[in-house]
Amino acid sequence: MDTTPFIVLSAILFTIGGIGVLTRRNAIVVFMCVELMLNASNLALITFSRANGNLEGQIAAFFVMVVAAAEVVVGLAIIMTIFRTRRSASVDDASLLKY
Amino acid sequence: MVAFWILAPLMVASALGMLFARKAVHAALLLAVVMISLAVLYLVQDAPFLFAIQIIVYTGAILMLFLFVVMLVGVDASDSVVETIRGHRVFSILVGLAFGLTLVLGVAQVSFGTVIGLDDANSQGNVPAIAEILFTKYVFAFEVTSALLITAALGAMVLAHRERLTPKVTQAALAAQRMKDYAEKGTHLGPLPPPGVFARHNSVDTPALLPDGTAAEASISRVLAARGTVKSVPEIAAEVDELDTPDTPRGEGN
Repeated sequence: MDTTPFIVLSAILFTIGGIGVLTRRNAIVVFMCVELMLNASNLALITFSRANGNLEGQIAAFFVMVVAAAEVVVGLAIIMTIFRTRRSASVDDASLLKY
Repeated sequence: MVAFWILAPLMVASALGMLFARKAVHAALLLAVVMISLAVLYLVQDAPFLFAIQIIVYTGAILMLFLFVVMLVGVDASDSVVETIRGHRVFSILVGLAFGLTLVLGVAQVSFGTVIGLDDANSQGNVPAIAEILFTKYVFAFEVTSALLITAALGAMVLAHRERLTPKVTQAALAAQRMKDYAEKGTHLGPLPPPGVFARHNSVDTPALLPDGTAAEASISRVLAARGTVKSVPEIAAEVDELDTPDTPRGEGN
């Protein structure tokens, strides 16, 4: 099994996630796109782990998953708090610091 | 490799669908497709432990959390199409595509050398092998992770907690308020009318009919009215008429 297709797929998924973060306005969807990017990098890590013949890459992917879980919990709590005070989940509406 | 060529187009299509999905729920479900496909790709690449973790943690826990927040934040969470900065969307798509093209072209040109494979490293099983590295070489990082998780849990609790600013409304206070409304504004004292025209429907999306044939507004949930899924009165009236004017006289038939 060649590694290149897996890495290319990971790159494509990462790009789609990045475009999603840049273009979407809904904070929840932006967050999902961040998760997509993290997942894409995990795929690359696991592919490299197989290519190099040791499990360090899988350990790294494992830690990415743990940190992503913690990040999602706090991030979604922040989105909930913003929604509660501003009645909106759009990232454009939370612009109070601008003025 | 068969699994890869089946799943890769599916994953890219689902990921693109996430970009174009109008509703957050659809995006979440498409993300689930991507994550489960990724789990299968992990399995193909000799990572059965991460396959299980991917399904349990990502699809099981994280995605459920997303769905819960979508549920709490509600239907409102629609995306506005209006750009706050002019040309922002076009530029972000251009920059994103340029980035992706560079990345893919760069990766495609690099040679990664021969694939060693994990048969050696996994000789005594994937989970014991991972445990051996995790609890020796990376044991400090593992311990720090526990601190991170505790901090995250506390942070979520602090953020989600809300102080009670007004006293709790008791049943006695509610009753008093109801009597006051009746005395001042003449609001009906009793319970709201139940929904449904019971001869034909008894679902909550059907408003009750008043004697003069109009719909009783208070008989249906405000949420259903806001979503526009309420059956309209003319619709019901047409159905009732249809039933009311059979060719055979009443009492016969059946």
